[in-house]
Amino acid sequence: MHTSTNVPMFPLRIRDLHWRVGGRAVLDGFSLELSGEGITILLGPNGAGKSVFLRSVCGLLKPDAGHFDWGGGPPPEFGVTMVFQQPKMLRDSVQANVELALRPLHVPPAERRMRAQAVLERVGLAHRAGDSARGLSGGERQRLALARAWITRPRLLLLDEPTASLDPSSVDAIERIVREIRTEGTRILMTTHNLGQAMRLADDVVFIDAGRVCEHAPVQRFFARPASTAARRYIQGELPWRMAF
Amino acid sequence: MAHGLLTFLKSAVFSLAALATAAQGGETIVLASTTSTEQSGLFNFILPIFEKHSGIAVKVVALGTGQALDVGRRGDADVLLVHDRAAEDKFVAEGYGVGRRDVMYNDFVLVGPAADAAGVKAAKDAVDAFGRIARKGSAWVSRGDRSGTHAAELRFWSAAGVEPKGQGWYKEAGSGMGPTLNMAAGMGAYTLTDRGTWASFRNRQDLAILYAGDPKLYNPYGVILVNPARHPHVKKAAGEKFIDWITSADGHRAISAYRIGNEQLFYPMR
Amino acid sequence: MNGLTFAFSEAFALLAGFDHRVLEIVLLSLQVSGLAVCLGTLVGLPMGACLGVGRFPGRQVLVVILNGCMGLPSVVVGVVVYLALSRSGPLGEWGLLYSPTAMVIAQTLLVVPLMAAIARQTVEDAWREYEEELTAMRFRWFDSVRVLLHDCRHSLLVAVLAGLGRAMSEVGAVMIVGGNIDRSTRTMTTAIALETSKGDLPLAVALGLVLLAVILILNGLAYGLRLWAMRRYA
Repeated sequence: MHTSTNVPMFPLRIRDLHWRVGGRAVLDGFSLELSGEGITILLGPNGAGKSVFLRSVCGLLKPDAGHFDWGGGPPPEFGVTMVFQQPKMLRDSVQANVELALRPLHVPPAERRMRAQAVLERVGLAHRAGDSARGLSGGERQRLALARAWITRPRLLLLDEPTASLDPSSVDAIERIVREIRTEGTRILMTTHNLGQAMRLADDVVFIDAGRVCEHAPVQRFFARPASTAARRYIQGELPWRMAF
Repeated sequence: MAHGLLTFLKSAVFSLAALATAAQGGETIVLASTTSTEQSGLFNFILPIFEKHSGIAVKVVALGTGQALDVGRRGDADVLLVHDRAAEDKFVAEGYGVGRRDVMYNDFVLVGPAADAAGVKAAKDAVDAFGRIARKGSAWVSRGDRSGTHAAELRFWSAAGVEPKGQGWYKEAGSGMGPTLNMAAGMGAYTLTDRGTWASFRNRQDLAILYAGDPKLYNPYGVILVNPARHPHVKKAAGEKFIDWITSADGHRAISAYRIGNEQLFYPMR
Repeated sequence: MNGLTFAFSEAFALLAGFDHRVLEIVLLSLQVSGLAVCLGTLVGLPMGACLGVGRFPGRQVLVVILNGCMGLPSVVVGVVVYLALSRSGPLGEWGLLYSPTAMVIAQTLLVVPLMAAIARQTVEDAWREYEEELTAMRFRWFDSVRVLLHDCRHSLLVAVLAGLGRAMSEVGAVMIVGGNIDRSTRTMTTAIALETSKGDLPLAVALGLVLLAVILILNGLAYGLRLWAMRRYA
């Protein structure tokens, strides 16, 4: 069902990542272990290193130091996919943008079309398949981006603040889709500032501050009894906003 | 998108090939000649006659005499028709050409501003005319391009004992007869031109023929076959057919028949 | 002023009367330049796109050279191609000198750097926009090039039009390698040069106006095409 199911990926052990830019340590001894199931939500103030971490998992960024252990195997070529905060769409139709993701996987055109239509149905954009992708609203565009990621049947899906600037009904729609993707077995790693969303979606929460993991706990426990002061202050909305770089 | 482009490309190539081959229905030869000859319109008149007679199409590349001979040396033409006897003889002597024959002559004329400050109209002969211009320091435009006209012009300066190069009144255009005449007309200067180009030149402005008729101003043309021994691809048979025709009675008739406004420009040489 | 008014009326007469010889010349110009631009599109656009996407040592130097080549004088290209195609030259065996093919070769060499340079800039800008997404989707760089070429297709039309403009208006290269042979390798620009040197300036201007009209029509068509397409997918 999923791409490269035979290749081991989990548990994903990330050890001691370091990354500096412009004299500032953005990742400063970041370590994390992820199991093969569920939705993990990354919380933390701006500039804590959440987006940078996601990019390093995706392979867009090479840390100065640190180690990724993909279930004892090599880093996977396919199977890890990312949806960005402001997804970029080609100057083309909705359907063409969804099919784009299948091109590196060398899926033949007929099968591409079929899978695109299927996934567009599931995100509720089938009626817009022929429309210009750049003409979609914010919520529709985010759904399209999710469809584009979903169509590749990823084993690990990274989402960078997928509902950041959306209205409540769009947020709702996105969350529903995310849950569906999780049900199909995809491991999801997601960042958000929306604590309610975290409570709704997360299986476990990772709290990040100053480039490292402060706390990693199941969602109930995290919100009931946050272990670190920083986490407590963040939940209460008191943590000062770090400057994003 | 790529597919549409490919089909367009294919049709373009075919049409270009078709155009190229259509232009040469039968056999063709490349004739390197001079701009002055082409611009006189002679070729447009006599070549269709030759083509009808022989089925050979003649493609004329018009350059300066110097350039035309260079083209012959490189083997890029089959036949040359130029007007610089000294250069032609050298060309044959060096082994680049064979079978040089006299074809026709036209004459050069001295043109200049109608006011004629140098008094060229009153000159005793052509050499004297050149001398008067030099002495007066009147503006002169030279071809400056190693053409037959340029070579003739230099011979006259030499005969008049004048070294014009570097003088303030002497300008070198470095181009064909037409642009040179354009310059002379624009500057109100004197220049040497062949009668053929002058007859069909439309931008005369203030220029007029001020001196003509001296036999020294006669300008003989020679035709040469590019040496097939040196350049095996040269179309020897067709080239020789052309040379034979243009020096035959038929060719002479055609040359004599060409007129601009009732004026005969070229005179065949026996 | 009289010459100019005569030129305009002469131009209309030539166009409206479908003067046979003028049509022949226009057709040859379109074929030669059109083919050169086609080849320029096939070679130059991907070349420029690869340079826009690729990151390798010496890339910046190549970009500077390419931009410099946009200003290649057409006469220089003409002389070089002439020497190459001359019977005494390395490619003399092909016997291509003084043919439309030689003219296409020369114009292609003129047009490719121009189109590549424009494509490079266009694609590089687009790459900046899409790099993260395409890399995350595991696109290899050459597949990215194809995606970007398609995405920028409307902006790349400018590159094509620039190439067409350059090809149709140049005279130095086609004159030298074509020889301006009547009914064979005479294009609009070489015909204009000829009439100018014969001193028939009104006719030269008239032909120039015909050339301008042809170029304007082509540009107009391209613009219309772009408008229609943008309305579909902007």
